[in-house]
Amino acid sequence: MDVLLKIETDITIQEALDFIHSPACGGEVVFTGKVRNDTKGRSVDKLYYEAYKDMALLEMQKIADDVARQWDIKKIAMLHAVGDKLPGEVAVVVAVSSVHRGIAFDACEYAIDTLKATVPIWKKEFFSDGEVK
Amino acid sequence: MNVMLFGVAKDIAGVARMQLPEGIATVGALKAWLLAAYPAFEQLNSLMIAVNKAYAADTQAVTTTDEIAIIPPVSGG
Repeated sequence: MDVLLKIETDITIQEALDFIHSPACGGEVVFTGKVRNDTKGRSVDKLYYEAYKDMALLEMQKIADDVARQWDIKKIAMLHAVGDKLPGEVAVVVAVSSVHRGIAFDACEYAIDTLKATVPIWKKEFFSDGEVK
Repeated sequence: MNVMLFGVAKDIAGVARMQLPEGIATVGALKAWLLAAYPAFEQLNSLMIAVNKAYAADTQAVTTTDEIAIIPPVSGG
């Protein structure tokens, strides 16, 4: 399985898609997490993402290893943004490709759920009313 | 012993790096020291310690040459 891991200020859906393309794969599943303009009814101006980058990349590699053990996925890309992100901007991308679509959905869901639970990245919310949390 | 702090842990302590007193030999002892020094850590849903870039159990030994980080609840994605 080929793996692309990235934690940078700017990430794009396209670079994840470009990485997972393969003539051997008939199914590609992409999850994109984007910045929302509200949290529980409160208006949000921006998010700030901070990462413990070295460890975060290792934890992302563990997720990739778990995916490879469980499913016949050919390629996986996991990208996470850091720094200031405005509503509508891309915060995270998980993309997988496989011969058929079924396991691609399963692997993609597992990867994003696990990323959110274990990878040391933190967001700070800047609310329109001035509060930062 | 030098430790890094991230996320809300950094906000609670007010610093991104701190020097711990001598005599802390395990992850559990480090957590106990942190909770005593900064009671606000009690409010967090979880408090994990990473040793050399991996989550560590309370029983794991720590030394001054280890890379140690305070990991509050993660919130990526």
